[in-house]
Amino acid sequence: MKKIIEVIHLRKVYQTGNIETVALADVSFTVSEGEFVAIMGPSGSGKSTLMHILGALDLPSSGTYLLDGESISNLTDDELSEIRNKKIGFIFQAFNLLPRTSALKNVMLPMAYAGVEKTRRQKRAQEYLEMVGLGHRLHHTTSQLSGGQQQRVAIARGLAMNPALLLADEPTGNIASAQAEEIMEIFQQLNDSGHTIVMITHEPDIAAHAKRIITVKDGAIVSDLQNKKQIRSHTEIKQDI
Amino acid sequence: MEYFEIISEAITTLTVNKLRTGLAILGIVIGIGSVIALISLGQSSQQAVQSQIQSLGSNLLTVNPGSMRSGPVQTARGSSTTLTNADAEAIKTSGKVTTVELVSPEYSGQSQVTTSSTNTNTRIIGVIPEYTEVHKVSIASGSFITETHVRAMTKVAVVGPTTATTLFGENTDPIGQSIRINNQVFTIIGVTVAKGGTGFQNQDDVIYVPLSTAQKQLFGASHLTSIAVTAKSETVMTDAQNEIGYLLLERHKLKDLTDADFSIFSQQDILNTVSSVTGTFTALLSGVAAISLLVGGIGIMNIMLVTVTERTREIGLRKALGAKKKTIITQFLIESVILTFAGGVFGIILGMILSYIFSLVMSVSFVISFNAILLAFAVSAGIGLLFGWYPARRAANLQPIEALRYE
Repeated sequence: MKKIIEVIHLRKVYQTGNIETVALADVSFTVSEGEFVAIMGPSGSGKSTLMHILGALDLPSSGTYLLDGESISNLTDDELSEIRNKKIGFIFQAFNLLPRTSALKNVMLPMAYAGVEKTRRQKRAQEYLEMVGLGHRLHHTTSQLSGGQQQRVAIARGLAMNPALLLADEPTGNIASAQAEEIMEIFQQLNDSGHTIVMITHEPDIAAHAKRIITVKDGAIVSDLQNKKQIRSHTEIKQDI
Repeated sequence: MEYFEIISEAITTLTVNKLRTGLAILGIVIGIGSVIALISLGQSSQQAVQSQIQSLGSNLLTVNPGSMRSGPVQTARGSSTTLTNADAEAIKTSGKVTTVELVSPEYSGQSQVTTSSTNTNTRIIGVIPEYTEVHKVSIASGSFITETHVRAMTKVAVVGPTTATTLFGENTDPIGQSIRINNQVFTIIGVTVAKGGTGFQNQDDVIYVPLSTAQKQLFGASHLTSIAVTAKSETVMTDAQNEIGYLLLERHKLKDLTDADFSIFSQQDILNTVSSVTGTFTALLSGVAAISLLVGGIGIMNIMLVTVTERTREIGLRKALGAKKKTIITQFLIESVILTFAGGVFGIILGMILSYIFSLVMSVSFVISFNAILLAFAVSAGIGLLFGWYPARRAANLQPIEALRYE
């Protein structure tokens, strides 16, 4: 199996004045293609720092991080931008869609930064929005969509560049539980069709949807287990809310 | 991302907060507007002055008595009495001045003028018949001073149209009427055609009398206040100026031009002086207007900095999704350039309205310089780039995690 994430002796230290805070002490693990991994841990455990590094939003203090075979260190801001654009699909807790912008345009944005030609961009964005069950909401702006719908737009945007890794940070944190189930079902369907997903969460109910659960505490991995009791979601995605 | 998309996105963003956008560009509108208005005001008044001076004749030279220097004492220019009728005669007949066509000796003074019912204080000019041709004065009705009048020291007068109206009102024909100048009775024999002009001296508020009468009867003087000379053509102006200069130096028994007790002006000299004065004035006013443009630019920078802070999360998201520094800089620069460019367009409209009003109020021609408009466009776009640069740089250098975390 192809390794999507390979993390070896990762360490991240924040320096505030003379005080050093160790956010990640020594973390090593790999994620292979087609896995669905939940990274769990209480707040302050270092899981957010880990997510930032995995998302190429931040660089480790030491250690090695290989994303899809490429080393993420000693890179400039612009090189990091390009890697995020091509290899990572982000799904944030607060959705982070552009305000006053249609669903279609939001999904088109990463492709615009990659220089994809406009009509192709539009066609692909439409396909992904249909895939997440929003084919009838293409021209709705962000504020006209519910939380669950906004997160589905964000998933479509994450898929837009066909990235090696979907990286979700508390994807259900801001939405009602019924809609959270829908989001988890989409994740499982995407995983079934071969997408690699890493999901950061502190909710055991949500983590239970993943195939593998890594638990982090005080900047170190305390357990890394295959989830034998994976919950399968089967909700009817309501098309006309 | 194509520029067209960035531009349409920027316009959408700017129209969200219309009041703020409007206030932000107001500074630029006022700045550009006043620069345009002042430049065109300067140009139209310069044109007015130029055409007025040119109406006096472009091959005209004027000899004025200069300052007298005796040791360390120097008297004011024009106060000396060194210019005489004989000097004028010599310019005309000595044969040493070959490039001159007409010579018009003049004595001008200020005097009280009365009729039975009104009185005014105006300029009295003693002239000879050549005056009309030298100064391009035309007679509207009656006749001008003749050779006979000058020789016989007759008490006749020709009045300018403004003076005629002042003395007799609109409806009375002044010809044949009597006026008193310095308590001496003169008969009006003619009225001149209006020359117009709102310059430093109203050329229509004047009374012409024979030169001899002015010198001997009215002012008791034997010198001249000026000699007007026309050169044979515009090309020999400098020669004429030199010939007259050397002749007068010789006649006044002076060795060097620096000792000269007279000065010779051409219309071009006056034109140049006036042009440089109005030019300096225009530059000064435009400079003041440019300061308001600078203030407007700082206003734009301020608004753009606020915008960057407000949209920190959006910028972070864009960077997370793959926007490079250049893309972010372009996005924010385009927003600020659109702001200032819109300000420039409205400013040009405002400036044109203002200069049209100026032209009506000051009754000068309405001049809009194409260059000034081009300049205004370039300057407003330039201000957008200049003052948008720092905020755009700040936006581009935001770290995506900091920006995403920002609430």
